[in-house]
Amino acid sequence: MKDFNYHSAKDSKEASKLASSSSAFLAGGMTTIPSMKLGLATYKDLIDIKNIKKLSGIKVSGKSVTIGAATKHVEVSNSKDVKKAIPSLSSLAEGIGDPQVRNRGTIGGSIANNDPSADYPSACIALNATIHTNERKIEAAKFFKGMFETALKKGELIEAIEFQIPEKSSYQKHPNPASRYAIVGVYVAKHKADVNVAVTGAKSCVYNDKEMSKALSGNFSSSSIDGIDLDSSEMNTDMHASAEFRASLVVTQAKKAVDAC
Amino acid sequence: MASLVGSRVERKEDKRFLTGKGRYTADINLANQTYAIFVRSPHARASIKKLNIDKALKSSGVVSILTGKEIADDKIGGLIAGWAIRSEDGTEMKCPGNPPLAKDNVNFVGDPVAVVIAESLAEAKEAAEKVEVDYKVLKAVTSTADAMNGDTIHEGIDKNLCFDWLLGDRQKVKEAFDKADKVISIDIINNRLIPNAMEPRACVADYNAASEEITLYTTSQNPHLSRLIMSAFGNVAPEHKLRVVAPDVGGGFGSKINVYNEDIVCSWAAKKINRAIKWVAERSESFLTDIHGRDHVTHAELAVTKDGKFLGFKNETIANLGAYARVFGTVTPTYLFGPCATGVYEIPAAYTNVKAVYTNTAPVDAYRGAGRPEATYTIERLVEKASMELGIDKTELRIKNFPTAFPFKQTLVHTVDSGDYVAGMEKAKQMADYKGFEARRKESEAKGKLRGIGVTSYFEACGIAPSAAVMSLGCGVGLWESAEVRFNPTGQVTVYTGSHSHGQSHQTTFAQIAADELGVPIENIDIVHGDTDKGTFGMGTYGSRSLAVGGIAIVNACKKIVEKGKRVTAKMLEANPEDVEFKDGEFIVSKSNKKKTIGEVAFACYLPGVRDEMKSPLPEGDEPGLKETSFYDPSNFSFPAGTHIAEVEIDPETGHVKLEKYTACDDFGRIINPMVVEGQVHGGLAQGIGQALYENAEYDETGQLMTGSYMDYTMPRADNFPEFNIGYTCTHATTNPLGVKGCGEAGAIAAPPTVMNAVIDALGGQEVTMPATAEKVWKACKNLKKSNAKAA
Repeated sequence: MKDFNYHSAKDSKEASKLASSSSAFLAGGMTTIPSMKLGLATYKDLIDIKNIKKLSGIKVSGKSVTIGAATKHVEVSNSKDVKKAIPSLSSLAEGIGDPQVRNRGTIGGSIANNDPSADYPSACIALNATIHTNERKIEAAKFFKGMFETALKKGELIEAIEFQIPEKSSYQKHPNPASRYAIVGVYVAKHKADVNVAVTGAKSCVYNDKEMSKALSGNFSSSSIDGIDLDSSEMNTDMHASAEFRASLVVTQAKKAVDAC
Repeated sequence: MASLVGSRVERKEDKRFLTGKGRYTADINLANQTYAIFVRSPHARASIKKLNIDKALKSSGVVSILTGKEIADDKIGGLIAGWAIRSEDGTEMKCPGNPPLAKDNVNFVGDPVAVVIAESLAEAKEAAEKVEVDYKVLKAVTSTADAMNGDTIHEGIDKNLCFDWLLGDRQKVKEAFDKADKVISIDIINNRLIPNAMEPRACVADYNAASEEITLYTTSQNPHLSRLIMSAFGNVAPEHKLRVVAPDVGGGFGSKINVYNEDIVCSWAAKKINRAIKWVAERSESFLTDIHGRDHVTHAELAVTKDGKFLGFKNETIANLGAYARVFGTVTPTYLFGPCATGVYEIPAAYTNVKAVYTNTAPVDAYRGAGRPEATYTIERLVEKASMELGIDKTELRIKNFPTAFPFKQTLVHTVDSGDYVAGMEKAKQMADYKGFEARRKESEAKGKLRGIGVTSYFEACGIAPSAAVMSLGCGVGLWESAEVRFNPTGQVTVYTGSHSHGQSHQTTFAQIAADELGVPIENIDIVHGDTDKGTFGMGTYGSRSLAVGGIAIVNACKKIVEKGKRVTAKMLEANPEDVEFKDGEFIVSKSNKKKTIGEVAFACYLPGVRDEMKSPLPEGDEPGLKETSFYDPSNFSFPAGTHIAEVEIDPETGHVKLEKYTACDDFGRIINPMVVEGQVHGGLAQGIGQALYENAEYDETGQLMTGSYMDYTMPRADNFPEFNIGYTCTHATTNPLGVKGCGEAGAIAAPPTVMNAVIDALGGQEVTMPATAEKVWKACKNLKKSNAKAA
């Protein structure tokens, strides 16, 4: 690992001020640090945001659950409030990585990184989340731009993620047997007005599957999506799963999610 | 005194392991040490046009940079294949040179070309990045099946063929096949595995300019063998000026048998720079450069009668050696594989033909089971297929072809001294509730799932290797083992063994054996291993040989101690040596109440006359002291055997295979410590099930390792396994005084075919290659659905 300067910011303002074109915000460091160790990323400055108190914590209102960006996965999975309001979100957090990762990794870090196989982006899409940054509020549907790409501008810091509480929801994933990242993860959420079927792992970026959302909005039963033959042309292919297999898994996991709702 | 052999004695080594007090190679730090980083080839096959170290030499903290040129100039030898194999046509095997640092050509990704030695690890890394190597990249050969058609990797080695070996009689096999009612044939791949010992390889080399002695601390399963190879073939230093220490070692599974490039380079370089050098592999280096295992492509056929008697067997295998032939690289796919090819069955005619090929991949060598898992996988997949094609129950078909009497003289090589395969099968069936399977299959079907059951009956040739047998096969050296048992004057015992423990619990099980033999409390017995300065010589630990060979050497040395003790007691008590009996630590003159404890005898041997009535208790011809040595060369291999049964449930929508039940019923002969054996069985099963369902080393066509980290190489985890159902039958080995057979490799040998037979049973007989990943199984389920629809 190359040498770098370590900064610990006391608030968002300071963190933002320290940011430059050769810096990165450091939350749990579960992706940043291994990338630096492997020489895949080098930064001159790492700006630690874990000590910014305002960024940690969970607030539940009648309509939404708001989670601070530096809140660890383990805090989300253990939170009684989250379990009560959106149980699927708690179980999603419980299934990320391993205990070490869950004890350090944060929700803001996961979303800002936007790994195509990460779990949290699908929750954001399915639960109509609003991403609160130090500058603005961004709808989840406009936040995830592409592989490892988000709407965040340089120096813009996620402060919290606000999830809309659905009527019912479930997250089901087919994990990569080695890394246990999602080969395909499907987050189904039934809201009052409609149904979201957010898919991670299958394409270069998380997305809302319109075909299944529509079918389930009409009839919220797994039979309404049984036999749907998804277009696999934009799906990922790697040594663990072909595009064709992923397309099939998306439907299977969506059905499982609906049944589990 | 109650016997300790057979009881669950708590592991003596656990205190240090569980409290973080283990001392591994990476824990060793010497005064003024430097740090080594190896510059490795990023290409699978290339020639080195130019290597420029000028910039790197100027980098901060650099002490020295050495390349293939310097090591060649110093006439340091390369890595070697330990066993000579002759082809069917009588020609010798062909092995390329394998210099510790490549000078002209590199042959796999990770092949080292230079070593950078610096004051700190960070500085060594920084400088290593500045070493400029200009490669001419050549087309790589990576496929096992097609290696013989690829470009010639090593000059003069035609078709990339190391040898084309035959064991058995082709003519007799042809005659048997001509008489057959049916021929069952199968094409299988034994997937390449990466051993992944928990502790990555490491070494610390030191040089003492005054004594001119090199000390190498290294992660080795066999320090004496490493010293021998480095001296005799590596020209690193004469044996008396080279000390090799393998302290606590965190797992080997065969991968730490080899002397590796880094051992030789660091030892040589430490003398050159006159300072200690430390090197610790990063996990990615382990993936790339530790030896890999398995990697066979096989076509096999079984000739049968219509009522299920086996008549003949043939096995045509291509075995991938990787880029170079290493220590056990050539014997693993031949003498450890071929003789076991016919499994536990009476098959009157058989042959095994192996073509061993070079490819631009990491060297392949012995990995837990070494040859025997590949042999067992072939015959057991074939027998399972025969049961499907003949419509005979898979357990009945096996029993029908088991030998009925022991010793069981096999067609190819082995004479199996003992066993009871039918008893093992019956017990396994009972443990697994084989009868209840159909009901469970129906329950699964009702849930929309597919359920399958798989059986394997295996045997293995362990306790490698009796010199007489090995010599008669015309290959390599016999592998005996040595032990030395030393009494202190005050009665404690130190046992020096040539077997190395890197997870096998020798400190406990060997002490149990010595405690029973000598009647000394186990806490007064220390087991010492892993240092060429202690103990005479040792062949090391692999091939389930520690107990069946090393353990017997301890027994024999103890027996010599007892014999001397009898003579000394007789002199002390004025009796005839023939009248002295030894029991529970006491020498008793028969038909009298006169006796001496072994402690008293030991004291008398060292300090005659101090406590005793006699001036000298030593009989004429006996020297003072109490220390005996044994070099034990077994008369035969030992032959553990057993039957394993697995049950899987498959979700046809996702292809997910859930291992529902796993039953292992093994015959390991006499068991010294059931707790340790359970641990060995669990570990072996985890690796065997890993091969069947998860693990796979995959290279792309340019020779880049695609599964070079835990992100892509699937190591099985605890939640992948059910509770293992373990049981034993026990027939004592007749060829050694303890009646032991060995247990370290059984799980890794039996589990792959057991699990795959279950998966393929669930899939209605459709072949799937290992590992049975979700996508492969999902596709097979789709095909099954289609063919079922057609049939309906």
